Amino acid sequence: MTGLRNKNFIRIILLKVPVILLFVSVLNDYDFNYSGLKYFSFNFSYILIFYYSLKKTESLGYTYIFIAGLFNDVVIGTPIGLSSLMYLILCVAASYLRNITLRPSLLKDGIFFLLTILIINSLLFLSLKFIFNYELNYFDQIINMVFTFLFYFLFSNLFNFFENYVVRNNNAG
Amino acid sequence: MEPSRDDFVIALRSAFLKKGTQQRFSLLSLIFFSIVFLILGSFNFKIINYVKAGIKEVVYRSSFIVSVPENLLKDSYLTIQNHKKLYKENEKIKSELEILKAKDLLNEFIISENQRLKNIVDDHLVKSDTIIAKVLSDKSSPYLRSIIINKGSKHKVNLGMVVIDGEYLVGKIVEVNYSSSRVLLLSDLNSKIPVIVEPNTVISILSGTGKDYGVIQYSKKYEDIKNESVIYTSGAGSLFKAGIPIGRMNINNLSDEKKVDFFSDFSQLKFVKVVSFKKSENK
Repeated sequence: MTGLRNKNFIRIILLKVPVILLFVSVLNDYDFNYSGLKYFSFNFSYILIFYYSLKKTESLGYTYIFIAGLFNDVVIGTPIGLSSLMYLILCVAASYLRNITLRPSLLKDGIFFLLTILIINSLLFLSLKFIFNYELNYFDQIINMVFTFLFYFLFSNLFNFFENYVVRNNNAG
Repeated sequence: MEPSRDDFVIALRSAFLKKGTQQRFSLLSLIFFSIVFLILGSFNFKIINYVKAGIKEVVYRSSFIVSVPENLLKDSYLTIQNHKKLYKENEKIKSELEILKAKDLLNEFIISENQRLKNIVDDHLVKSDTIIAKVLSDKSSPYLRSIIINKGSKHKVNLGMVVIDGEYLVGKIVEVNYSSSRVLLLSDLNSKIPVIVEPNTVISILSGTGKDYGVIQYSKKYEDIKNESVIYTSGAGSLFKAGIPIGRMNINNLSDEKKVDFFSDFSQLKFVKVVSFKKSENK
């Protein structure tokens, strides 16, 4: 009985891993500054949200994403609601891609992800610069975008592995 | 073209409005909320400010907890970096030590060569006996600057033995009793010892003044004596070993006196060393 309860608990935790990862990533605000890499940053939340909105909609609820966006705004100090808006636009793009795709491929997903983050970051840049009068470094944004795009392929495979082997095996067991 | 446009609209509408099995709100409604938050927030709307303050409370506290693993990672990274730095420093110090060892060997060679040359000119004195003595009395009279020590002939103290405080010269034994002796300090008016002033190697005589300083006398090269020059025993007369530090020149522009400030403070002597020197037997 206890074993069954433990197993159930682990299963719930595994199902909630994407949500936990999302909140950890927005609360932590990884910067890699201590590693001395000047031009290295990527947006893990974008990758996570896009992947799970595209492949496993049920894993990441839109409400969680909305709240995570609010948290992210508080952490990085942007106007409250802006990150939520960007995350949700990312979800719309992922959802649209899911609806129109018949034969999914990682490369197509990656290219669509690149287009989406280009649009999102442009919107973010324009709104912060011209509406909220924030000073932004355009070059840093570009670097962030490039690394986010490149890391999508790596994390996509990692999430695939996690979903197909870890979560499924646990469910089957 | 018409069916493709329809597909686009259907897909987009579905993306915006379709709710998943466990979704409470559609994307469109959440986007609407976000925009409302943004607009009201930019107008400093009271409710939004309360929400913002509430979120901040939660976020700042949880951010600290969530950052623990990253901080651990950061600390580990910095520790590794420090170890790497230490390793490099160690390598550098090792190479410096090798150079110093080589220099030390050279110094040893120079010292032994110096001893050999001194033996040739019959000038090499070595410390033969050292007696540690306690200062019994250091009351200075207007006529005599001296101290009484608790060692005498019983302890093999002889007239003329040198008295040292640490490595600095203090004076010499002028009176020996059975268990006590009197030391004439360098500051006494009667004290006159041969010295050498470095740099420039000026041979001279250091005389006591009856005060807490000495003066340089009987030298032909006064102009070569600079302020802050160091005074050592010259070893002339074989009473003192050459090179015992005594004091430092303190030349005042207002007076012609060549004052010497002693390294040792004679009013603070508690223990002294009584030593004698003899010529080295190694020829």
